[in-house]
Amino acid sequence: MLTLSNISYQVGSKSILHDISLTVNAGDYITIVGPSGSGKSTLLKLCSDLISPTEGCILFNGQFVTDIAPEIYRQAVGYCFQRPYLFAKTVRRNIYFPYDIRNLQPNEMRIKELFDLLEMPLSYMDRRNDELSGGEMQRICLIRSLLFPPKLLLLDEVTSALDPRNTEIVESVIERLHTSGITILSITHNEAQSLRCANRRITMVNGSIDKEEIL
Amino acid sequence: MQTFHAISFESLLLASALVLISIFVSYRQELKLEKEIFISALRATIQLFVVGYILEYIFGSESVVFTLGLLGVMAYNASYNAAKRGKGVPNGLWISCFAITVGAFITLSILIASGILEFTAYQMIPVGGMVISGAMVALGLCYRQMLSNFDLRRQEIEIKLALGATPKQASKAIIRDVVKTGLQPTIDSAKTLGIVSLPGMMTGLILAGMPPVEAVKYQVMVTFMSLSTISISCFIGCYLAYKEFYNKRNQLIK
Repeated sequence: MLTLSNISYQVGSKSILHDISLTVNAGDYITIVGPSGSGKSTLLKLCSDLISPTEGCILFNGQFVTDIAPEIYRQAVGYCFQRPYLFAKTVRRNIYFPYDIRNLQPNEMRIKELFDLLEMPLSYMDRRNDELSGGEMQRICLIRSLLFPPKLLLLDEVTSALDPRNTEIVESVIERLHTSGITILSITHNEAQSLRCANRRITMVNGSIDKEEIL
Repeated sequence: MQTFHAISFESLLLASALVLISIFVSYRQELKLEKEIFISALRATIQLFVVGYILEYIFGSESVVFTLGLLGVMAYNASYNAAKRGKGVPNGLWISCFAITVGAFITLSILIASGILEFTAYQMIPVGGMVISGAMVALGLCYRQMLSNFDLRRQEIEIKLALGATPKQASKAIIRDVVKTGLQPTIDSAKTLGIVSLPGMMTGLILAGMPPVEAVKYQVMVTFMSLSTISISCFIGCYLAYKEFYNKRNQLIK
């Protein structure tokens, strides 16, 4: 599905990633672990096409990412950030955004389905962003990324700031998404989490892949 | 319109006593500003008289090319200043040039077509100067706000891009905020005209002998033309400038 071929990423003279090659197959659940500053988040940003490699190339389903319109690619690859962030003022504006950019009417059935899945009351649609806890915000962020199911879902430590209950909910949803056929590439600092559902684990050190394990 | 009230040389000389008051205050309070006050008053007088004679020459010109050329120079200088305030907005100079020129052109054309103004240097240059300088200040404000928003709201933009938004969709909220910032001072000042302040131009006309209601008509025209030029310039400037924050892959440029 996604092939990273000899990827390097440099900002000015600072090398952040060097010579990374990785193949993500359809149906994979890959976890990425490694110390802070090892380049995990940068790798995910490259996969989401929010930045481009300074060397090497990325292929998506056999096609160079640079040959795919950025919006088309990013709609196929979901990305959930480490720090939950809701824009505008209300939850509703966040939930409707993916529909607005596609010029579609919001699918209330799909919205309800995801709220139920993430154990969020639908009444939260009219809540102001600042009334939500960190865990609730992260669940809304996840709903926002899943309204149009992506082929590949990139998760950047989505449970790192959550309490055990919220972590449990989010983890179970990710498992269900994987079972439903979505490919997952997830960064985690949690050792148990990195082994629980993944079929492969990648360890990154100093901007390179140090170890790749089949689980 | 009544004949304007001319100030005699003697009256002006007597008015200079007002400067003496400042010098006296400075002397009594030991502020040591006497020399500076004297020089500033002298400089202001000389500079303004020089400008007055130049304007008399310029306003006497009947050449269309000369008038357009001068308006062009004003627009370029205003764009340069606006771009300087928004240092960091790529291609800020050319964007400002285009935005200010279009804004001023549309406003002045409407004023000419409606018969309020005639295309003479005497009318075009002072009015052009007013609308161009207004657009310059507003664009400068827009650029500053845009730079700050693209920096502070980086995560919001990246989230929207990651959801599949185009740069325009991802920047829409920022552009709206920025255009508002540019327009707000003009809207606020328009709201309080006559209540909080009597604008300088209107006061000048009244002092020169124009009946207040006639002076008000001019002020209303100035308010409308400022609003129109600033709106057009900010709108064009912001919708051209936001694109400069993205590369060809629609990624935010660092």
